[in-house]
Amino acid sequence: MRDFLRKAGNIDRRVIYLIIFLAVALTILFKIRFKSTPLPEVKRSYEIINSLPAGSVVMFSIDYDASSMPELDPMLRAMLRHCFEKNLKVIMLGHWPLGLPLGQIALEDVARQYHKKYGVDYVFLGYRPGLQAVMLNLGKEIRSVFSTDYRGTPLDSLPMMRGVHNYNDIAILVGLEAGSVGDMWVQFANARFNQKIILGSTAVITPDLYPYLQAGQIVGLIGGLRGASDYEELVNHPAIASAGMASQTVVHVLIILLILLGNIGYFATRRGK
Amino acid sequence: MNISFNPWVWVAAFLTLSMMSFLYKDNIFYKIGEHIYVGSSAAFMLIYLWYFDVKPKLVDGFMYNTGINKWILIIPALLSLFMLMRFIRPVAWISRWAIAFTVGMGSGLGITGLLQGFLVPQIKATFLPLYVHGSNTLMSIYLSLNNILMVIGTLSAIVYFYFSKEHTGPVKKISQVGITFIMVAFGASFGYTVMARISLLIGRVYFLLHNWLGLV
Repeated sequence: MRDFLRKAGNIDRRVIYLIIFLAVALTILFKIRFKSTPLPEVKRSYEIINSLPAGSVVMFSIDYDASSMPELDPMLRAMLRHCFEKNLKVIMLGHWPLGLPLGQIALEDVARQYHKKYGVDYVFLGYRPGLQAVMLNLGKEIRSVFSTDYRGTPLDSLPMMRGVHNYNDIAILVGLEAGSVGDMWVQFANARFNQKIILGSTAVITPDLYPYLQAGQIVGLIGGLRGASDYEELVNHPAIASAGMASQTVVHVLIILLILLGNIGYFATRRGK
Repeated sequence: MNISFNPWVWVAAFLTLSMMSFLYKDNIFYKIGEHIYVGSSAAFMLIYLWYFDVKPKLVDGFMYNTGINKWILIIPALLSLFMLMRFIRPVAWISRWAIAFTVGMGSGLGITGLLQGFLVPQIKATFLPLYVHGSNTLMSIYLSLNNILMVIGTLSAIVYFYFSKEHTGPVKKISQVGITFIMVAFGASFGYTVMARISLLIGRVYFLLHNWLGLV
């Protein structure tokens, strides 16, 4: 028995990788689903966007890249779906140049599904470096940072942008964060201009953002794949995040079992010595 | 099974599997994937910075602006050139001016941003009533307990990082409470990190099964 426990406590890491891979793949293949209730902070984010009158402007900031795409892309798509369903106007910009095309692909994809027109219902501004300076100047005049959209079209030529000048004209700012840009949005857009912010984040940084929610500096928080899955359920469009949550559950149980096994093996070996 | 015939999906699948192969051991496929990623990211970043920054803000700005808006662009252009002087040893010291500008601006914005947007609001958010009157007794207890925990957690964690006095007696006791709260925070962070890493795997596995092999 002790020998078995010793072996169990020293499983080759490659075997563990294989078990985790199989657990994820099989759960997706067999389309296993578990029911979950949306987290209050996600529900609140949904309700805030839901309460906006048609025509309100929502600004999305793409502050992630391909390495965080599995968590934040489903979140972005679910939120865009919600915005277009409610006939809200969308402005997209970002501070992670490598991730901006991912945002643009999602925006154009969802806009096409809802027959939305570029310049009338949505605008893609692109990227400007110097994030603090960009955030501060957006509070004064968007044109001082983005005189044109990403195609080089002057903003005043786009019908949707004619009445949009600064944060006063933006109902909600949605920051999709994989790093520290979310903190900057809070420090500059909220603290200085009182801009209402919803942050969607990778699970890694979500615990760091809860203090902002508790302090009322952000109005909503959508954390990780769970948050994305909750939002997909709220907009009645379960997609990749909802499909992935079952794998999360199975893998979490597996990890707990492996941690227990490792500890039992360790203590059994120690006692043997 | 509805396998993809899009060559780019096959390229992405090959690169995904190449990167995952590192879990077994370092190999040539992983190296290929790694080098393609580094090279393409650097090239992409360069093109993006040119088209979204240097060209519209500096080149076009200088060509189409008039008056002060045109001539003020000489300052950032000069600072950029100063930065490049780092590569010419005899005049490398000039790059310090450009660095001094960025450090000064960064510090100024960072300090004011942190004070106004983080420190003060976060301190304010811990000034909580220790008794909250809820809709019923149970709710009152729940809300009050929440606030009490928050205040105790904040104060004891601060005491843990107070190093001007030796941690003995009551200070030690309070700092031990503080470290307990900190450990709970680390545990939450660890749990979220596990979730994040598994999410990345889910994303890739879903891509392989859905977009590439068409099995789901």
